[in-house]
Amino acid sequence: MKPAPFTYHDAQSLEEALALLAEHGDEAKLIAGGQSLVAMMNLRLAQPGHLIDINGIAGLDGIERDGESLLIGALACHADIAGSDLVREACPILADAAGHIGQYAIRQRGTIGGSLSHADPAAEWPLMAILMDAKIEIAQPSGDRRTVEGADFIQSIYTTDLGPDEVLTRVRFPCVERDEGWAFKSFARRRGDYFIVAVGATLALDGAGRVSRLRLALGGMEVTAIRLVEIEQEAIGNTPDGDWIEHIAAAARGAGEPADDQHADAEYRRELACVLVTDALAEALNRSGRG
Amino acid sequence: MDKVAFRLNVNGMDHDVLAEPRKLLSDAIREDIGLTGTHVGCEHGVCGACTVLIDGKPQRACLVFAIQAQGQAITTIENVTGEDGGYSPLQQALHEEHGLQCGFCTPGIVVTMEAYLKENPDPSERDIRDVLSGNLCRCTGYQSIVKAVQKAARRMRGEDTEVA
Repeated sequence: MKPAPFTYHDAQSLEEALALLAEHGDEAKLIAGGQSLVAMMNLRLAQPGHLIDINGIAGLDGIERDGESLLIGALACHADIAGSDLVREACPILADAAGHIGQYAIRQRGTIGGSLSHADPAAEWPLMAILMDAKIEIAQPSGDRRTVEGADFIQSIYTTDLGPDEVLTRVRFPCVERDEGWAFKSFARRRGDYFIVAVGATLALDGAGRVSRLRLALGGMEVTAIRLVEIEQEAIGNTPDGDWIEHIAAAARGAGEPADDQHADAEYRRELACVLVTDALAEALNRSGRG
Repeated sequence: MDKVAFRLNVNGMDHDVLAEPRKLLSDAIREDIGLTGTHVGCEHGVCGACTVLIDGKPQRACLVFAIQAQGQAITTIENVTGEDGGYSPLQQALHEEHGLQCGFCTPGIVVTMEAYLKENPDPSERDIRDVLSGNLCRCTGYQSIVKAVQKAARRMRGEDTEVA
């Protein structure tokens, strides 16, 4: 239960971190909060030869608003995001989801950039990135930046679009509209465990009380979170009421192709999806302008 | 792998440490600095027994490499006391409410809850249970720990000051 030996590098700038990654290639691993990585190293599931600590890089932990976007730096920790007045105002579902990650002490150190790069299929940030069409900003070896859509960034279990020589620097989320309802719902056997199934939803209504935009994503049904695009599009123009919620939840039951695993079988996941979508839409409706 | 010299500040005192980069903060605190109040349970961030404060925030010492904690203020259970040098209100309440049995998990719980009660002086039972979910106790069943935290919070707010 002790990690294998490694060489430690304390990067003080993005340029230094990129140079170290270029130098050490596949042998190197970045560490931010380390709340998954160090556990994996202790269990020797990960044995990087070089550990590049990016915590000393100034300016990577900011949370700021840029017009209709919310910019969250890669090193912002879950507790700071959960407790941020700015996040609660601009995109409150993110603060709520951040408050569900792991346990209190884990949230003080774990970061959004680390969680996205790790891409656990049952983690909150990949679900939020896919739900909200987040733009993931990445620093390349040349120093140039590129931007990837959340759904393209998260590719599979523990697999992302991030190259071994790149650093995730920032995530751009859209702000929710005034009066747009939202809800995050998840189920785990114990508080703080990785969820079995989770749902994110936002719901905007037009002046007549009809759905003008629904975002709906499910985690735990496939190897990545899935966006229920067809259901979202069919919902536009509908009048949201109890029957409507029942209809959407029934459709969500059939979403994706969940597999049986040691935590839950496929049928149980489908049942959870149905129940959690029902709860999420009721809460989102309640929070929307109509509620 | 070669050992590296670095300095850790624990409970207000500087300590020179010579250790490999892979040395966990929890092990450095116990083995190199000699403070064994920080307990090591699961060593992968699940049990909470090794929780210490780093710059005032409760964090798992088994999920931080000691070398990463240079320049930061580390606080361990040994530094938790009352104003008179005796028990803190939380420790006193745990004592009165039988909030511990074997005591293995207790340092992690005390360190975590001391920090949490500063952040939220008036937590609901649900809030307390939510935070306590990060600390595994195999003896008490948690009821008595929750009662103790509630009692400590009341006393720290200036209510229910009578000490048994």
